[in-house]
Amino acid sequence: MKTAMSNHYLECLLESLNDKTEETSDWLKQLRAQAIDRVSQLRFPTTKDEEWRFTDVSPLEQLPFKPAQTITTLKQEAIQQFFVSESTNRLVFIDGFYAPELSSLNDSNSCLIGNLSSMVTNQSSLAASHLGRHVHFQDNIFAALNTAFLQDAAVIVIPRNVTVTDPIHLLFVATQEKVTHSPRCLIIGESNSQATIIEDYVPLQQHAYITNSVTEFSLAENAQVNHVRVQRESNMAFHLSHCTASLERHSRFHSVDINFGGLISRFNLDIQFKAEEAECAIDGLTMITGKQLADTHTSIDHAKAHCTSHQQHKCIVDDNAHAVFNGKIMVRPHAQRTDSSQSSRNLLLSGAAQIDTKPQLEIFADDVKCAHGATVGQLDNEEIFYLKSRGLPDLAARNLLTYAFGAEILDRIPVASLKRTLEQTVLNQTQNLLTI
Amino acid sequence: MNNDNNSVILKVDNLHACIQGKEILKGINLTVKRGEIHAIMGLNGSGKSTFAKILAGHPDYQVTQGNIQYEKQDLLELSSEERAQAGIFLAFQYPIEIPGVANSQFLRLAYNTVQTQRGKEELDPLEFDDFVREKMKLLEMKPDFLDRSVNEGFSGGEKKRNEILQMALLEPRLGILDETDSGLDIDALKIVARGVNHLSNQDNAMILITHYQRLLDHIVPDYVHVMEAGRIIKTGGKELALELETHGYDWVHNDLQHTAGASS
Repeated sequence: MKTAMSNHYLECLLESLNDKTEETSDWLKQLRAQAIDRVSQLRFPTTKDEEWRFTDVSPLEQLPFKPAQTITTLKQEAIQQFFVSESTNRLVFIDGFYAPELSSLNDSNSCLIGNLSSMVTNQSSLAASHLGRHVHFQDNIFAALNTAFLQDAAVIVIPRNVTVTDPIHLLFVATQEKVTHSPRCLIIGESNSQATIIEDYVPLQQHAYITNSVTEFSLAENAQVNHVRVQRESNMAFHLSHCTASLERHSRFHSVDINFGGLISRFNLDIQFKAEEAECAIDGLTMITGKQLADTHTSIDHAKAHCTSHQQHKCIVDDNAHAVFNGKIMVRPHAQRTDSSQSSRNLLLSGAAQIDTKPQLEIFADDVKCAHGATVGQLDNEEIFYLKSRGLPDLAARNLLTYAFGAEILDRIPVASLKRTLEQTVLNQTQNLLTI
Repeated sequence: MNNDNNSVILKVDNLHACIQGKEILKGINLTVKRGEIHAIMGLNGSGKSTFAKILAGHPDYQVTQGNIQYEKQDLLELSSEERAQAGIFLAFQYPIEIPGVANSQFLRLAYNTVQTQRGKEELDPLEFDDFVREKMKLLEMKPDFLDRSVNEGFSGGEKKRNEILQMALLEPRLGILDETDSGLDIDALKIVARGVNHLSNQDNAMILITHYQRLLDHIVPDYVHVMEAGRIIKTGGKELALELETHGYDWVHNDLQHTAGASS
């Protein structure tokens, strides 16, 4: 077994930790110390680890990518293209640093939306009771690393009985090459609250860099969060991301996860049902090409009875790209009346494209409804014939069907302008499609 | 009826075809002229739908013998999209669902593609919207039809009406309706039949593939053909359908054997 210290990447990162002398609160110091301790005991995963069978992160070990040492100053015009017109609340982080001049906060609501380091003590103490409590960094080196570097975070608290109608946009911009950034988000939905959160990773240039992010959601009784996660990183980047949602009674978590970017990307999504009658709908679309590898690992823990989970994940894989989906659904012995469905549908556009999909259902209760299915295939000949019989040329027919395959997931994004932007991205990728 | 040779739209000559090595069509002969409506009837497995798919250019079937002339072109030389652009339209027995694409987008894309190929003007979304809504009235379709994904969640009747709507938009020279009447209640059947009658004129032709004489009460054919085992075994006027309804397909079969026996 490889020790952590033989890893050049880890060495560099941990070295840069020692440089830090900035002041911070005790609880954060303590949390980071725990995480650093875990990092020193954990090792980098290899393809011999079941959870990482298809995703080789060993290339990372050779990359001396430290956190950014300088702050890039950007004008709004540089990133305006990424703004979501419906969002009146926007937090922008540049290479991991909060950028207040590019952020925009709408004072008219009673929510707490901001970055951790500028929060006053009573606000940050609420964050303290949640940060690092939902994600399991004890056995996950990347979540532990993110926590070890935790200095600032996007923190959103939707108070009791408050509904925020406009989506809240968390925009993480990468500008520098050969750096590691560790974005962190905490979203707390108090009871009966409702909000839409967009978590968005974008590059300014097609650089190589590492994003290692952690996002924690805590939904209290009857809270609802719509989450849209857009990973449109540089095609040279490494993107590692962990998202955890803890769901209390009657809460609802609806998530759409879009993966376009990254040379190697890995997304872990963990749903934990903490009480009965909660619900989640988690959908995903991965569309990759070239030599990209995109791995999505989801885990839904039906630890309580009467909960509902629905999941549809789709991959469109072209060229030599490789997509991985592993969807674990655990139904524990007392989780009776669980209603769960999972579908993994995958479209291969080239002979060299590769997909590994693994629905993983572990059911220990006997009164449950669990449906699952996985398909891997090419475009359907009957569908192509149908479109060609309406006059569409072969390529246009194929592109329309490819677009439609992805658009079914994009349709679930509850933010119209973002949906349109992403539809356009899919359209551009399915080149030569006539204007529709 | 026009007997001038120039009026022939489709001439099928000794057509043999197979799928995966299995011969389905075993020598079909059929001539269709402008302004005509032909009905093709027959039991399941007689080759009716295969014939329809071959006319539209389905790639899974191989034509092993014979030829098809369409408007003086060799139809078998044309790809399925070229056939559509040249005016052949197949209303599918089982229309395909395309989740993720709005019906309005699909209809406009098909319409504009064919218009461009025919050297005509494309319509922008607003112009198209007016145009398609007018056509939808004919088929008594609700406006929300346009916003829904193509055929997704449509009832059987809605899917068939959507096929006829496409036919109305693409204005084919030769419309082929593959069991468009199957599974329709009488109200939906009347709506579809009215649509087809409205689209039928002296310049185009229709081939109706059906199991049921009922459709032919509403769309009156000039000719009725009976298919069996990959061939057209009997051709007659519209009264043939009524005889079939009364006596069943065995009657044609026995009648033929009887005739064959008498002539030998």
